[in-house]
Amino acid sequence: MTMNNQGRPTAPGTIEANELATISGDRGLDHEEPLIFDLGRDGMTGVDLPDVQLSETRLGGQRRKGPVGLPGLSEPEVIRHYVRLSRMNYAIDAGLYPLGSCTMKHNPRLNEKMARLPGFGDLHPLSPQSATQGALALISQLMKWLTTLTGMPAVAMSPKAGAHGELCGLLAIRAAIEARGETRKRILVPESAHGTNPATAAFAGFTIDEVKGTADGRVDMIELEGKLGPDVAAIMLTNPNTCGLFERDIRHMADATHKAGAYFYCDGANFNAIAGRVRPGDLGIDAMHINLHKTFSTPHGGGGPGAGPVVLSAALAPFAPLPLLVHDANGFRLIEDRDALPKGARPFGRMSAFHGQMGMFVRALAYMLSHGRDGVRQASEDAVLSANYILASLKDVMSAPFGDGPCMHEALFDDSFLAGTGVTTLDFAKAMIDEGYHPMTMYFPLVVHGAMLIEPTESESKESLDRFVHVLRELALEAKAGKMARFEGAPRLSPRRRLDETAAARKPVLRWRKKELPQAAE
Amino acid sequence: MRYHPLTPADRARMLAKIGAGSVDELFRDVPQSAVVPLSAFDLPDGQGEIEVERALSRLAAKNAAAGAGPSFLGAGAYRHHVPAAVDHLIQRSEFLTSYTPYQPEIAQGTLQYMFEFQTQVALLTGMEVANASLYDGSTATAEAVLMAQRVTRRPKAILSGGLHPHYAETVETVAALSGEVVRAPVTPGRSEDLASLIDDKTACVVVQSPDVFGLIRDIGAVAAAAHAKGALLIAVVTEVVSLGLLEAPGFLGADIVACEGQSLGNGLNFGGPYVGLFATREKFLRQMPGRLTGETADAAGKRGYVLTLSTREQHIRREKATSNICTNSGLCCLAFTIHLSLLGEEGLARLARLNHARASALADTLSRIPGVSLVTASFFNEFTLKLPKPAAGVVDALAAKGILAGVPASRLMPHDPTARDLLIVAATETTTDEDAAAFAAALKEALS
Amino acid sequence: MSEVRFTQEHEWVRLDGDEATVGITKYAAEKLGDVVFVELPEPGRKVGAGGEIAVVESVKAASDVYSPLSGEVTAANAALVDNPAQVNEDPEGASWFFKLKLADKGELAKLMTAAQYEEFVKGL
Repeated sequence: MTMNNQGRPTAPGTIEANELATISGDRGLDHEEPLIFDLGRDGMTGVDLPDVQLSETRLGGQRRKGPVGLPGLSEPEVIRHYVRLSRMNYAIDAGLYPLGSCTMKHNPRLNEKMARLPGFGDLHPLSPQSATQGALALISQLMKWLTTLTGMPAVAMSPKAGAHGELCGLLAIRAAIEARGETRKRILVPESAHGTNPATAAFAGFTIDEVKGTADGRVDMIELEGKLGPDVAAIMLTNPNTCGLFERDIRHMADATHKAGAYFYCDGANFNAIAGRVRPGDLGIDAMHINLHKTFSTPHGGGGPGAGPVVLSAALAPFAPLPLLVHDANGFRLIEDRDALPKGARPFGRMSAFHGQMGMFVRALAYMLSHGRDGVRQASEDAVLSANYILASLKDVMSAPFGDGPCMHEALFDDSFLAGTGVTTLDFAKAMIDEGYHPMTMYFPLVVHGAMLIEPTESESKESLDRFVHVLRELALEAKAGKMARFEGAPRLSPRRRLDETAAARKPVLRWRKKELPQAAE
Repeated sequence: MRYHPLTPADRARMLAKIGAGSVDELFRDVPQSAVVPLSAFDLPDGQGEIEVERALSRLAAKNAAAGAGPSFLGAGAYRHHVPAAVDHLIQRSEFLTSYTPYQPEIAQGTLQYMFEFQTQVALLTGMEVANASLYDGSTATAEAVLMAQRVTRRPKAILSGGLHPHYAETVETVAALSGEVVRAPVTPGRSEDLASLIDDKTACVVVQSPDVFGLIRDIGAVAAAAHAKGALLIAVVTEVVSLGLLEAPGFLGADIVACEGQSLGNGLNFGGPYVGLFATREKFLRQMPGRLTGETADAAGKRGYVLTLSTREQHIRREKATSNICTNSGLCCLAFTIHLSLLGEEGLARLARLNHARASALADTLSRIPGVSLVTASFFNEFTLKLPKPAAGVVDALAAKGILAGVPASRLMPHDPTARDLLIVAATETTTDEDAAAFAAALKEALS
Repeated sequence: MSEVRFTQEHEWVRLDGDEATVGITKYAAEKLGDVVFVELPEPGRKVGAGGEIAVVESVKAASDVYSPLSGEVTAANAALVDNPAQVNEDPEGASWFFKLKLADKGELAKLMTAAQYEEFVKGL
């Protein structure tokens, strides 16, 4: 069987509570909060809507026979419920999020205000196009920023997230190959790649061939070139890569790929490291998705929504999906009809309904206009500077597998420094929670053992970085000195202790269900 | 620059610690020829908040916001009133600026609302289990088709002619990779014969109800026909408020339900971000894509929530994942669940009745105009009219008067001659009597 | 006397006449952590030696199980589906995964004995 070395304890055991229990069960500002279904009462509602009775209905005999089963609450109760829930969350606004490959930079509030202007927020996607010229102009401006920063001639705006953008890029590559009359089924992916890369490649109908890395954390170019052949459709690389390092041989790899008749897909998750300084187009890429929720500050929102526009080379541009945005003497226009395409356009299809994540476009453009080209470059420099500062400040007590040279916007450590201490990467991370920090990215990339990937971004002050470094230093030193107190049973101070993920997976409980009332005893 | 806290003095001290003379040295792995000067970018320099606000406000002003005048646009996105509390709550820092809840001990807020959302979606759709949302209704429909292909190990998907054309195109784009997609002919306002298209290679039949014209379809009959041949029934709902008045697809035989959740909590936003709802039967659980939250306990015995069944997902299963999706719709999912919590059983029922009543009254008013006939005999809050001339021109004429008269079917079906004279009209609780009267008067004039 | 053999992929196989019983080793079960789900093949499925035949999942990982020998699946251990935790309890006994009707008994000789497997694991 494949020995997937990700097995690690996921059932925490039990611990004793040793503090004085409160009467309410709440502790100071920390409140326990039931499910909304346990709070509701019949007939209560938090909105005031008129009660119209339907005298005759045209519902085709499909009128709902029974209740939905939703709880009813007043507005004050609803607000209290969600405010209390919110207080159980960590957030960038509250503290540093050192999550490698996520780019947890500050989310500017101006962006929120702009997205809510009625001319954007209250605009229906199928309004007559003459009534949406401002929105189309905004999309066009954003396209200009994306293509200019990347040095690419075209961009597909409709993908709804980074992984969706990867799919878009691969489908364009597939269409381009088919248009040449060829069949190529293999895609080369580094073993350090993010899981979405092989998942997307499989989704798009390709087989995956993994390329190993070198001892200095980069893709093995010799092996890559050796694997290229007439059945290879594309390579999928991340640059800077998932170890936080710039792929020095990238142009060479691009040339070799093109010579073999294949395309170069670049995962743009780490674009924050080089934006305003390096244009991926100059490196020979054919397609790259840009995570607007990473490099361009649109909020992570607890898991979404994102946006993943894909810049395209001249070779792939004709295959960009519908809709297309054109600008002529009559103004801006979306082309949604396959039979009214501009010359040369051969879209491979449509990625989703309507036109893309407009709400995220407004936010991203507000960010870009606020930063300007100089601010974008400054952001990348500060991001790289901060990551290197952390690397330099910690590599003597923690182990950095590629710490001999500079990193890009993220610093990679592994768990060698914890060898023999009995403390794992997981324990280390959970101890950080007690110190008031969200842990860094753990166990990714898979190419080093017990990986810890730290990306501070440009949004942290030096004081903030120094405090973070100080805490990690002390934790590392305590682990190495055999002082287990901070690690055993961590976290202790968060709203919940470690949770039993084993039980959650063995007997999944994925929804609330109404309890049957017990029969009254006779 | 106001978003960058590092000062020149900070940078100098940091460089000293690193042992580099300049930031450029940190980029030494980048080939020199690949580094471009700032002047190479034909883009403006940074601007202050005042200038940015002015520039974007100018662009916003060039759009006809749906609230600026009478608006009857639908066809997959609906203008509803979102209570003020919703937008206020989703802008709380802990919701807006938090990450995916991979560290559950400090993300119980997110995980609990996801659990509540999953429950709400299961209740609305009449299904056993739901995920924590996908991007939108169209990609949810595509994922449903792929899932059906996996579950049945059959290649063919049959799409009802009433399925929103954007949804059908989205399905075709991905499902054609792994099988065959058959689109039934479009029959506005009339029933269709899907049963004759189903065979033993059919993985699923996809039916939207209410359909793109607003017609309420007999999901139960199609489900029976699909099941008779061993295929799955996928029900698509683009107006989720309809589930407050119409029977849940799960009780009519649906095996997978894919919905657009935009109507609750989320504004029109020119097409995105929206939120895809996805629900299915427990027996198909492990083939379901998307994030899932599950209930568990922590080491102190307290109830808590965690992301679970992650082995279906890309970050673990990689090329064998059920999907490549790496997100849910986070904040849009939160807005949906808050809005639905505010509505509750009684509020949702009233909202749905109100929508139907407004649409019903409007349909009567408009179909009394000479030359105008109602094509959809049954509907929820959206119906289709047949006009005596092409609908697109009529819509443009009314737009010039500040009335957004509905979606001409030709916008979605540019080459279908039967669509040319059809106008798809939606009404919601935001539609006033004045709106309706203004619409009727303008339409009458445009047709005379 | 039924003999147990081992693969380098950490599967064990015990032969009783023409039928082989297959599972994963204690070493593998320990490395996996808590097993939460097992995906077993259906009876009737044919497989070649080294072919992917089952999946065993922990919370953070999904591991493929390969068939040590060629043959046709005759039974799968339903008890593991209801109680995957059992895999951690008795991986080399009651928690067998599936049974195979062998296509070629000669393949058995290519596998490691218990002693050889123990040495192999020591070197990992």
